[in-house]
Amino acid sequence: MSPATTASISNDLLYSAMVVYALAMYFFAAELAFGSPRRSRGVNAVTDSEVRELAAVGAMSSYADSSASPASSEAVPAVGRRGDKASRLGRMAVSVTVLAFLLHLAAVVARGVAVSRPPWGNMFEFSTAGSLAVTGVFLVVLGRKPIRYLGTFVVFPVLLTLGLAVTVLYTEAAQLVPALKSVWLVIHVTAAMIAAGIFTLGFAQSVCYLVQERRERVPAAERGASFMDRLPAAAVLDRSAYRMHAFAYPIWTFAVIAGAIWAENAWGRYWGWDPKETWAFITWMVYTAYLHARATAGWKGRKAAYLALLGYSTFLFNYLVVNIWLVGFHSYAGVR
Amino acid sequence: MTSAPARDVPAEPRPPALRPVELARWSWRQLTSMRTALVLLFLLALAAVPGSLVPQRSVDAARVAQFAAAHPTLSPWYERFSLYAVYSSPWFSAIYLLLFVSLVGCVLPRSRAHLSASLARPPKAPRNLGRLPVHRSASVAEPSADVLARAEKLLRSKHFRVQVADGAVSAEKGYLRETGNLVFHLSMLLLLVAVALGHLYGFKANVLLVEGESFSDTVTAFDTYTPGPLASPSSLPPFTVSLDTLSVTYQTDGQQRGAPRDFRAAVRYTSSPGSPSRSFDLQVNHPLQVDGTKVFLLGHGYAPVFTVKDKSGAIVSQGPVPFLPRDGNLTSSGVVKVNGTTPQLGFDGVFLPTAVLDRTAGPVSVYPGLLLPRAVLSAYRGDLGVDGGIPQSVYSLDKRSMVQVRAEDGRFLVQSLAPGATMTLPSGESITFDGVRQWTSLQIARDPGIVPALVAAMLALAGLMLSLFVRRRRVWVRAGPDDDGRTLIEVAGLARTDGEASESLAGEVGEFADALVGAPGPPDGQSIDDTRGAR
Ligand code: HEM
Repeated sequence: MSPATTASISNDLLYSAMVVYALAMYFFAAELAFGSPRRSRGVNAVTDSEVRELAAVGAMSSYADSSASPASSEAVPAVGRRGDKASRLGRMAVSVTVLAFLLHLAAVVARGVAVSRPPWGNMFEFSTAGSLAVTGVFLVVLGRKPIRYLGTFVVFPVLLTLGLAVTVLYTEAAQLVPALKSVWLVIHVTAAMIAAGIFTLGFAQSVCYLVQERRERVPAAERGASFMDRLPAAAVLDRSAYRMHAFAYPIWTFAVIAGAIWAENAWGRYWGWDPKETWAFITWMVYTAYLHARATAGWKGRKAAYLALLGYSTFLFNYLVVNIWLVGFHSYAGVR
Repeated sequence: MTSAPARDVPAEPRPPALRPVELARWSWRQLTSMRTALVLLFLLALAAVPGSLVPQRSVDAARVAQFAAAHPTLSPWYERFSLYAVYSSPWFSAIYLLLFVSLVGCVLPRSRAHLSASLARPPKAPRNLGRLPVHRSASVAEPSADVLARAEKLLRSKHFRVQVADGAVSAEKGYLRETGNLVFHLSMLLLLVAVALGHLYGFKANVLLVEGESFSDTVTAFDTYTPGPLASPSSLPPFTVSLDTLSVTYQTDGQQRGAPRDFRAAVRYTSSPGSPSRSFDLQVNHPLQVDGTKVFLLGHGYAPVFTVKDKSGAIVSQGPVPFLPRDGNLTSSGVVKVNGTTPQLGFDGVFLPTAVLDRTAGPVSVYPGLLLPRAVLSAYRGDLGVDGGIPQSVYSLDKRSMVQVRAEDGRFLVQSLAPGATMTLPSGESITFDGVRQWTSLQIARDPGIVPALVAAMLALAGLMLSLFVRRRRVWVRAGPDDDGRTLIEVAGLARTDGEASESLAGEVGEFADALVGAPGPPDGQSIDDTRGAR
């Protein structure tokens, strides 16, 4: 098969994946819309004196915080028929997402075959492979943690990215400029994409957390029904968002280091404050601030979550604005 | 981390009544507080932004000049606030230096605290283990001393640090978490030192090398040389590099036609005078390394070869002249200066690897490879201005004392020459376009900070993983006689890590309790009471 045919097969697979993703998004949204509120998360009656004793033996203060939050002791009615139907929708959504992921994966592999190299050498390829990483990370985490509620918030940006990729960013299959032919490029970009995938999940959870936290400030009896009832309590969302970010951060750190090694090999300096490098640094710094905020009195919770959103925006800025509009050595966008 | 609980205490809002010592102490406490660190981290991110939007001298000096020319009123203000050199500006430096001072002030006391915590024993069991978030109890026939001894052994085998006191075993593990955190922060300091080292003792130089030529690693051979403040030119390793051939291939079709695809230089080098010469295949991601100095392949272009003869037909100048590329298709411009004739001659030229005569844009190249090479020349005579000792660009003519040569019909003499063709001036001098060679620009750099920086980065990464993934937890086991004359075992656990759901701890404590009781599930006469919360 000629490279051109393979590339066009890759494109067809990509379009199919997009259709299937759209279907998955519909199912996820339907689950949220028709599902029943989450089950009771178990009642935690930790009294004040116990909190004090916990503190005395060395428990984290945040431990006491989260156990004292109203949400976790909030009992919710049991699941009825509606719930069964919704969870069937949810399971279907996951199966459809797996199918979309496989088509997407096949598209990326076919592209790689067409260009005979790892297929992340320009913006189009980076977007398709990066969004594949997002879905991949989502499915992997889904195997271990109950995060199906994130489905809509993950599949939607993936679909958006693919839409952008096939329209604005599309680049014909081609070889790379010499500076991009390096194993360190493969390592650097792979790590960056995986980190981005995890940051995306963390970002979605932080957004959910902020919305949920605001909702929970209203007493339970006065809240109207909303699909937010089907999401975990704010304290739970906050904790999973933190863990997601804490997981992505070292991978991002590694990606930056690998990038520096590549830059040293290609241009003789490991750090040159080129716009791309600068924004990778900014993203890293904001996420560092986020991790610190989590350990700083008065910054936990909401303010920290805003830092997480800011961190993700700097990442998006680097990917969309810097790649296309700011000139630098890293002119690999391939967008003309 | 709980070993630094003071960090979580809100800072005093205002300085107390102050004597200088108190003021100093107060400021130090403020500076090293977590809140200040947070603000400084954020400020550093913010301060890095303008450097990505305003052209930077260290990245592209030519763009800075261009920008300054285009914005004459704004530019002096940019200069005043160091906006063309953000990353070496006083304000940027102030932020990161403060951050590092804060880091030292934060890490040193924490290292001390961590050291004493590592030497101390795990805390005694709290009175009522049943109140801990993860708790299990069971009743067995075994005497309590045996149970405790087994618990101790079991916990030690799981790498817990263990203390036995008052009928209970206290155990803790996960100290590496804090160790990792400290290693991470300290390696940030090491990284700063490494960067400084490279900056002070390193150097960077550029040289342009035409096929068939060579250069030796001395300051005079470089086109540009930027040493660090403490670098000494005499420490340059005495190697020579010569360029045999440069081969470049381009994309020949499609959207990205003309984009470079492969780029390699066959070079020979000797690492010191008199030593045997070796060949090396220099590529973009494959630098040549000689004695800690590296030679990188950066760019390339064409050097047309010209022969200039005077009126009598004697050769006055001959050889390749590097032209600078102006666009992606390598439309290149350059000049030929001839000071061996009176008056002196100068030729202003454009070289086109694949020439097309565009009605509006003039001569341009449409492909970077040599498909239809042409040199378009115009001639000047007069005084080149090279004799005054003032350094001059080799890529442009100083036309102040020169006049452009006209052809016999009175129009300016401009000719497009194919290889081998000659342009003759009305006054009898001639210039022949003999052919083309390629040149490559090399960067020669040494950065003694690279290895320390890499070590710092690896340490940082290792420390970071420990710090984020090691879970710190405490486990207590108490055993004592119950009312029925059997032994009541209580096991409790406590996670000391933020963001950790205690399910995993509950699992661990459960497994541990099972192991202690001797079997999974309660066999005869043993009862396990699971009172852990569903948190
Ligand atoms: C270059 C500057 C810095 C960087 C890149 C940095 C990075 C980090 C990272 C990634 C963590 C997360 C690891 C963990 O949670 O254990 C962390 C934690 C921490 N950092 Fe920093 N830090 C810097 C400066 C500082 C300064 C100046 C202070 C003190 C004033 C500080 C105090 C802490 C503390 C106390 C923690 C532990 C937080 C916790 O318990 O989760 N850091 N730092």
